[in-house]
Amino acid sequence: MQMLKIKDLRVTIEDQEILKGFNLEVNAGEVHAIMGPNGSGKSTLAAVLAGRDLTVTGGKVLYNGEDLLEKSPEQRAKEGIFLGFQYPIEIPGVSMVNFLKTAVNELRESRGEKPLSASDFLKLMREKKELVEIDSTLTNRSVNEGFSGGEKKKNEIFQMAMLEPKLAILDETDSGLDIDALRIVANGVNKLKSKERASIVITHYQRLLDYIVPDFVHVLYDGRIVKSGDKDLALLLEEKGYEWIKEEAGA
Amino acid sequence: MSTVKQEYDVKKHFLELFRENRSVIDSGSAPLMNKQREGAIEEFERLGIPSQKSEKYRYADINGVFNPNLSKSFGVQKVSFNIHDIFECDIPDLDTNLILLVNGRYFNKEEPLRELQGGIITGSLARASKDMPQIVEKYYNSAASTEDDSLVALNTAFAQDGVFIYLPKDAVLEKPLQIVNIMIHETDLMAQHRNLFIAEENSSAKVVVCDHTLSPNKFLTNGVTEIYAASNSNFDLSKIQNEHNGSAQLSHTFLEQESESTVFTNTVSLHGGFVRNNMFVRLNGEGSENHTLGLYLADKTQYIDNYVKIDHASPGCSSRQLFKGVMDDQASGSFNGTIVARKDAQKTNAYQANNNILLTDDARINSRPQLEIYADDVKCSHGSTTGQLDENAMFYMRSRGIPEREARLLLMYAFAYEVVNQIHVKPLRLRIDDLVNKRLRGELSRCNNCAMNCE
Ligand SMILES: Nc1ncnc2c1ncn2[C@@H]1O[C@H](COP(=O)(O)OP(=O)(O)OP(=O)(O)O)[C@@H](O)[C@H]1O
Ligand SMILES: [Mg+2]
Repeated sequence: MQMLKIKDLRVTIEDQEILKGFNLEVNAGEVHAIMGPNGSGKSTLAAVLAGRDLTVTGGKVLYNGEDLLEKSPEQRAKEGIFLGFQYPIEIPGVSMVNFLKTAVNELRESRGEKPLSASDFLKLMREKKELVEIDSTLTNRSVNEGFSGGEKKKNEIFQMAMLEPKLAILDETDSGLDIDALRIVANGVNKLKSKERASIVITHYQRLLDYIVPDFVHVLYDGRIVKSGDKDLALLLEEKGYEWIKEEAGA
Repeated sequence: MSTVKQEYDVKKHFLELFRENRSVIDSGSAPLMNKQREGAIEEFERLGIPSQKSEKYRYADINGVFNPNLSKSFGVQKVSFNIHDIFECDIPDLDTNLILLVNGRYFNKEEPLRELQGGIITGSLARASKDMPQIVEKYYNSAASTEDDSLVALNTAFAQDGVFIYLPKDAVLEKPLQIVNIMIHETDLMAQHRNLFIAEENSSAKVVVCDHTLSPNKFLTNGVTEIYAASNSNFDLSKIQNEHNGSAQLSHTFLEQESESTVFTNTVSLHGGFVRNNMFVRLNGEGSENHTLGLYLADKTQYIDNYVKIDHASPGCSSRQLFKGVMDDQASGSFNGTIVARKDAQKTNAYQANNNILLTDDARINSRPQLEIYADDVKCSHGSTTGQLDENAMFYMRSRGIPEREARLLLMYAFAYEVVNQIHVKPLRLRIDDLVNKRLRGELSRCNNCAMNCE
């Protein structure tokens, strides 16, 4: 079943066109990897899908057949979209517990479910913490405050595990992770894998794709997808870099 | 019908009021206090009501808070109700020694001074002036400076009573003292109370002051509090301003600190139409430490103005000011914090921060740090920020399904928490925490079980 359809999407930031006619279709059950050189527009794509207030100058995005771009970020989250941030935000003074409890209960409410009791919530937290092997003391702190780079990334996966999204968009969640953490993050993604769910994994490293085996690999260059293939494309990129792709695209 | 606007001459009004009521004022007070009136009214006459031309009151329209309809009463206060029927502090587990001021006057005037553990004395200031004259004489009206503030002089001329606290050497007050200022009247009313707190060497106490209005009349309070913290003493004052928005409050606190003393003050302004807090701290003794904190949450047309002056008059003292504010709607306000390091105040360590969040384009805050540094070995830092809520944090939360409104609340609450967290009386801290939360949500955040919700 088709979940996401992005058609000829154009996004402009400060008079600069960043996405220049981007196309992608994602069906439930699929894993798509997006690779591409720095500055090619990967995070911009992720942000516009999650609801960041960016200037869309053309194209459309359908999510489960509905216009996604007119929905608020929180509405998108409620409908199952999750963005793992490339640079997670520190929010001093807002505790992880309060933050996650509010988020979880908002999602439950939108599904017509009762809010979790304090003890059920803590139980859920404990369970997911074990799953992503996140240090227990981290969740006693303010959101991302003073977390190391790797801890922030793990925290994104922890949040994903708590919220169980339908469409997870992970923006370089593997960058800055040690080898064990990489395995844990991949494991978190694979645990969620099902016929109803899909993910878009943005990465620079083929290594992650050994753990999360993608159905498709796309290369984003200069605001559009210039090449798509299966997981072998990632191996090829690892070996040859982007020069040949740029040449092909330029030609 | 023609309306001729009669110019209300505030100064003239008070001068006449003073002459006409002098004997009633005196008889409701004590000789030690009465002795100071003449000088004070002359000072007031000389200075007049502060105008906005003065640096200090640049943003505050003081003249505007005085209106001819405010009645003043100096005779025996007829309280025709049982105060406990309408007021009861309902903070769970807040076990305090409670003192009530009603309309600026000590509630139970006939009550003798109370002696608490360790020889600690509390009670009416007028009563203490009679029963403990040597002590009151030594301190009364000596920290308060009328030099450049006629409002303090006005208070000295008219104030009849207030709260007296005396902590003898080495006394430690376990239970906090709670002073509840209640305004309740059938007509609009102005009140002026006068407090005197003395902490002798090595003593320690926590004091909580709560301001409430229990009737919907317009009120004006012009109150003065003098605090002396002797060597090695430890004094902690939390003040909760929770009057209705038809009320105006001018509050002047003078604090003198001797060597190695530590004083914390924390002023949380939740409601009140016009609030001006003046805080003067003089660090007189080496190694003294002062923390002056404040939180103000204003909306509608509230005006909240904090003026702080920390005078480092001896070497090796440290001071820290932290004021945070959230301004919504058309609310406006000002923060003016001055740090003075006198010539021989070497090794001064002074810090000041004022952070504001403006929620609307109409909300306004004027933030003015001022430094007067005359010593050369001084560590001094100040910072002031005024801005909106962090966009990135908002988006992060919303992307997790937290609605915009809730995300804003979480951020504002987090912003305020830095100050709330430094209220040292735990049950009070929890209550303030809850009130702040409600306040930010726009829910009624009255503190007491008063049936009146007159905003
Ligand atoms: N707020 C902004 N202001 C100006 N330029 C921006 C802004 N956000 C993104 N850009 C520009 O848009 C382009 C695409 O950025 P984007 O973050 O999407 O790249 P990316 O593919 O994610 O890169 P990386 O691999 O380095 O994460 C870059 O040239 C970037 O400088
Ligand atoms: Mg990026």
